Amino acid sequence: MNDVTYEAAFDDGGSATTEPPLTDAYSGSYDTTEGRVYTVTGGDWDTVLAAAAGEKERVVVNMGPQHPSTHGVLRLILEMQGETITEARCGIGYLHTGIEKNLEYRTWTQAVAYVTRMDYLAPIANEAAYCLGVERLLGIVDDVPPRAQLMRIITLELNRISSHLVALATGGMEMGALTAMTNGFRDRELVLDMLEMITGLRMNHAYIRPGGVAQDMPEGGVEKIRAVLKQLPAQLDGVPTLLVDNGIWKDRTAGIGYLDLAGCMALGITGPVLRSAGLPHDLRKSQPYFGYEKFEFDVPTTDTCDVYGRFLVRLEEINQSMRILDQALDMLEPGPVMVADKKIAWPSQLSIGSDGQGNSLEHIRHIMGESMEALIHHFKLVTEGFHVPTGQVYAAIEAPRGEVGVHIVSDGGTRPYRVHFRDPSFNNLQATAAMCEGGQVADVVGAIASIDPVLGGVDR
Amino acid sequence: MTDTPDAVGAAADVVPAGAPTLPVVDVRSGMFGSSGSGDTSGYGGLVRTIEMPAPTARPFGGWFDEAADELDLALQEDGLSLDRAVEAVVVDRGEITFHVRPEHLLAFVQRLRDESALRFEICTGVSGVHYPNQTGRELHAVWHFLSITHNRRVRVEVSVPVSHPHVPSIVSVYPADDWHERETFDMFGIVFDDHPGLTRILMPDDWVGFPQRKDYPLGGIPVEYKGATIPPPDERRSYSS
Amino acid sequence: MGIEEALPEGIFLTTVEKAAGLARSHSMWPATFGLACCSIEMMSTGAGRFDLARFGMEVFRPSPRQADLMIVAGRLSQKMAPVLRQIYDQMPEPKWVLAMGVCASSGGMFNNYAIVQGVDHIVPVDIYLPGCPPRPEMLIDAILKLHEQVEATKLGAHRQKEITELEEAALVAEPTSAMKGLLR
Repeated sequence: MNDVTYEAAFDDGGSATTEPPLTDAYSGSYDTTEGRVYTVTGGDWDTVLAAAAGEKERVVVNMGPQHPSTHGVLRLILEMQGETITEARCGIGYLHTGIEKNLEYRTWTQAVAYVTRMDYLAPIANEAAYCLGVERLLGIVDDVPPRAQLMRIITLELNRISSHLVALATGGMEMGALTAMTNGFRDRELVLDMLEMITGLRMNHAYIRPGGVAQDMPEGGVEKIRAVLKQLPAQLDGVPTLLVDNGIWKDRTAGIGYLDLAGCMALGITGPVLRSAGLPHDLRKSQPYFGYEKFEFDVPTTDTCDVYGRFLVRLEEINQSMRILDQALDMLEPGPVMVADKKIAWPSQLSIGSDGQGNSLEHIRHIMGESMEALIHHFKLVTEGFHVPTGQVYAAIEAPRGEVGVHIVSDGGTRPYRVHFRDPSFNNLQATAAMCEGGQVADVVGAIASIDPVLGGVDR
Repeated sequence: MTDTPDAVGAAADVVPAGAPTLPVVDVRSGMFGSSGSGDTSGYGGLVRTIEMPAPTARPFGGWFDEAADELDLALQEDGLSLDRAVEAVVVDRGEITFHVRPEHLLAFVQRLRDESALRFEICTGVSGVHYPNQTGRELHAVWHFLSITHNRRVRVEVSVPVSHPHVPSIVSVYPADDWHERETFDMFGIVFDDHPGLTRILMPDDWVGFPQRKDYPLGGIPVEYKGATIPPPDERRSYSS
Repeated sequence: MGIEEALPEGIFLTTVEKAAGLARSHSMWPATFGLACCSIEMMSTGAGRFDLARFGMEVFRPSPRQADLMIVAGRLSQKMAPVLRQIYDQMPEPKWVLAMGVCASSGGMFNNYAIVQGVDHIVPVDIYLPGCPPRPEMLIDAILKLHEQVEATKLGAHRQKEITELEEAALVAEPTSAMKGLLR
């Protein structure tokens, strides 16, 4: 009955003449200058392997994109000989959201809500980099009030603590230290409570806006943060006591994922990975922003260039962040939290109204009863947005994972013309091959955990 | 597009005569998406020229002059010079941008990395920008470099036409640029010659089109609410600016 | 499936339904399908403060073959959609899907070329949970509502009757676009 002959989808010596076509809607193949490219979506894995000429001892294993220990939807394609990895490649793009293109259809302030969802473990860092760039384009970097800068630093450091805690927690869990996970998330809840108190949300805050911050510190906020800062060190001690100098942990992390300074420089690696190679490069010290030059803190480094070193660097960075928070709380003076220029400043502070949401009643009284200009500004800013003069700028800050840089191009309008995020995880993941090849499969998990990629930032 | 001779004249020593003007990027007319007769608001007749910051004449200020001189000297060892390799230098908002000609990009970038006075060790990546109305120079590839030694940043920009979007790949000098170039190819269609493996990285391998170009639609769908439908973001009424 | 398909309508089937519902809802094991930001809130829900273990659900099974509930947590991109379908197909019956967050329910704020506008384009969804991201308490609320739904699931002959009734109701129901006058 099957008298139809099918045309071979590719040339494999003629055995495909009586089988159905090997291409389907989701996984085609086509020729490129580098050879034949196959789209593999699972299920047809063995067909691809049969076609690709390869040695019989090598096994190609696909880890992910759905995998409990790949930090999100990361796909690792590992070619192995026994337990040893001969080639490791990353397949990314499974979380590509087109945020950068979406920003071109939103105003400069609305873009903050999108930008915050890229690297979702350090949302404040994304917003901070973007707003730094917009403020440079506007030329108002020096006009941002000091209280707003301090609030930015406070939320940035709180975010750094919570992000490093997730890195330690998930890193520990992936290598089997489940207590690190439960402890890490427990401590993180304290920090998230503080962020929720300040910004209103536990994640994806949209708090830092061009010109300042969206909300002032609420009543009693400073005392609450100080109480948490007193409580945290004792609680945070759980993870170090368990893992630092722990024989089993060191067996799994010392000497693993080795990437020395030359490798870091060649691959453009920044963040804890670079600091574990001995170089104390931190943008908060070398190119300070938001007033970081007034703070006293150290940049922790180790020189072992391995997973254990990065683990120690992150632990110490949490301590340094707490130090910065202490100093920032001391420096807080009463004042505005938005730039004085009413044509740029986000008009109002939100508060809980009678229907559970809305602007504060004082603000409404002001714009409706007291000032026509305020009403006009509010209307224009919310509907149209402010105009940013033409030009391009690159702003970079030190996010928990490394340097997050934003390249913003403005065409003079109310919407960004082009925003490109140079996410640290995107760049740092390129080190996977260098770290994993020659090692064993179990070490891949540790190496990736030490890079600490967040796939939202990688794929944007 | 239209030339603005005054802007070019100011930087005549850097931009050779006859070179396409850098600053004008677009000429836009109308507002609120309206045009032609029938729009009585008057905004339909609005014509605005969108101009990027003009090329700067020497002296640039700060450390920029010294860096430009070093580059000039270094490039002369390659048989080039700063004027030949670079179309224009723009100093704006405290940042310096070298608009490099594509054929001299590799030499330029090699000198950025290797000269001891420059030492831009880290390439933070390449980003693409699409200016659909800047005929002949639609696709721009923008690199940013960081020097940890001297604590400086510099930007390098290369413009290519959409009909022949080829730029040399700098992966041989800065391996960090690997995935960034793949992403720029994926999103804008800028082909980096001699890249070790230029394939799509963010979109599925068989995707057609280059999503972040301006002529590629945002691709949303209308959203249905109770009793109303809202069109996707790129089709709504807007202050077209 | 089993005995419940063969039973006639009546009180014996009702008792079997109750027992099956209790058993299924009280130890529903989620599959790890954390995609983006919502997955972090899902992890927080499983952690100590918003404990999912009290509902019998702290064992997030990495293998879909051992899981009952797929919590699609996060935005689903076009590239990931076939993977989602494959994981869903690998789960054995009975299985449920919870679309966590607005991105999974409807595409969320990302109405563009890269995101599937709601995972119900790919898999059948039982509970939609809005939020960006939904708080852990909201996730637990959604899970508890799903548990109630599962406990009330009808089997066999009862289910056939229910399906017919639901279909007839849906055919005469008012479509969303016709529900005018509700936007205040």
